[in-house]
Amino acid sequence: MSPDTNEPRDCCAVRTMEAGSPPSACAGAAASNWRVGAAPSECGVEARPSDPPDRVSRVSRRRFASIAAGAAAGFLLTGCGPRRLKEMDRDRLRQAIGEMERKYAAQYGTAVSVSDAQAIPGVEFAYALDISRCIGCRRCVYGCVEENNQSRDPQVHWIRVLEMEKDKGVDLSEADPYYEPKAVPEEGHFYVPVQCQQCRNAPCTKVCPTGATWTEPDGIVVIDYDWCVGCRYCMAACPYGARHFNWGAPTIPEGQLNTDTHYLGNRPRPGGVVEKCTFCIQRTRAGRYPACVEVCPVGARKFGNLLDPGSEIRYIMEHKRVLVLKEELNTVPKFFYFYAT
Amino acid sequence: MMWRRAAWQTGVLCSMVGAAIIAGGVGSQSPAPSPQAPPAAPAEEHVEVPPPPFTDGIFPCSSCHAGMPVNRARRELTDFHADIVLTHDEEHRWCLDCHDAENRDQLHLASGAPVPFDESYMLCGQCHGEKLRDWRAGVHGRRAGQWNGHKTYLLCAHCHNPHEPRFKPVEPMPAPARPSRPGAHDAEGRR
Repeated sequence: MSPDTNEPRDCCAVRTMEAGSPPSACAGAAASNWRVGAAPSECGVEARPSDPPDRVSRVSRRRFASIAAGAAAGFLLTGCGPRRLKEMDRDRLRQAIGEMERKYAAQYGTAVSVSDAQAIPGVEFAYALDISRCIGCRRCVYGCVEENNQSRDPQVHWIRVLEMEKDKGVDLSEADPYYEPKAVPEEGHFYVPVQCQQCRNAPCTKVCPTGATWTEPDGIVVIDYDWCVGCRYCMAACPYGARHFNWGAPTIPEGQLNTDTHYLGNRPRPGGVVEKCTFCIQRTRAGRYPACVEVCPVGARKFGNLLDPGSEIRYIMEHKRVLVLKEELNTVPKFFYFYAT
Repeated sequence: MMWRRAAWQTGVLCSMVGAAIIAGGVGSQSPAPSPQAPPAAPAEEHVEVPPPPFTDGIFPCSSCHAGMPVNRARRELTDFHADIVLTHDEEHRWCLDCHDAENRDQLHLASGAPVPFDESYMLCGQCHGEKLRDWRAGVHGRRAGQWNGHKTYLLCAHCHNPHEPRFKPVEPMPAPARPSRPGAHDAEGRR
């Protein structure tokens, strides 16, 4: 709506209220009316020159309030407007995913598939990592980067491998993520890779002011990247440093985009949102192992369904010495560490 | 246990094993068992694995050894196999403790029972029983396939050289970038 079209009609009550203001201010006020669903021509109250100014303003205010209330009610009842991915019905979700696919195809010049696979009933995912086997080679870190379309620059790593001293045991205050020897494992050291612990009692989902992060029925804590406002409260709440803020839109070298994506997982993120490990939701909901499990050269990473008594994860729970990080915080992780020997 | 269920099918199919799995190293589907096949007899004995990791052109061993006399003396090998360094309980072990002198194309257990190369885990499991148990459960070693379906295992020898089984150190991939901020101290405390 341009100021020119409003100027000659001079019908809007708002205009009359601000009779003394210059035309530009009037145009701005009139233009703002569309937000509550009232076009200037529908304002209804003709401002007669003989009307006392107070009467005009009283009527218009009531009128304005009723229009606003009607619009708000309509907004709520018809369910129009943006929605969290979590709240969408399947049809709406498919529509949103179709839009994502078209957007990514145009952006990256290649067909990108965005899966909407839902949680498999009777499945609760859990992960176990063998501290006695991990050699700290960081293959998992870079396997994850490639699988999950993490930004190369600025660098985002969902997995961080901590080097610890055998003399001190699992002591996070003595851990070094920046170790860079010629060869690993280093004498007298062991390695503890840390990624999202997929807590049952997740502090991150509780603090999110927009409800953009939640726990799925299969136990994966996910983020709606379109609903995240980037406030990073969740990063402050996470005791494992497992959430990462991408300061820019992900830069992915041409041809290295993983086009097999999931709408709650590794689809390309916009800049300025928080992201993290999702147990490779795009793979695990299709029955595959997470990328870090497959890439680990020593087989230290184990994954499976906690509700299946025959799964390897249950075997570990029942036969091995198992621990979780920062147990005292009662976050109840579904990411376990164990000693196989 | 999961592996037992899988092993039921696997035992039936063990004749098809070799070709089916190896493509890409990641088996994705479990083929349906044939209705005519007899029930798998030694279900616990067979685990589906890719073919053993032989050096190119070295198998079958009998192609060279067939006409050779058997020399059972412990000695340093100089003519052939000189590249093999035995650092695996070498004080007590010798080639013919595992390799079969009568049939060069297979191994044998301590009892003398023959074991084909694609079941060499039986041989390893004689001493490393707890590893074998974990491996069968999918806890020792790498696994590929599907967490809720068909899985492929690797033989011990795919990861561990049976003659020197301890892993060699590897070069780590690059460390993550340190967070940078103007005026920040680096690791040595410099600005």
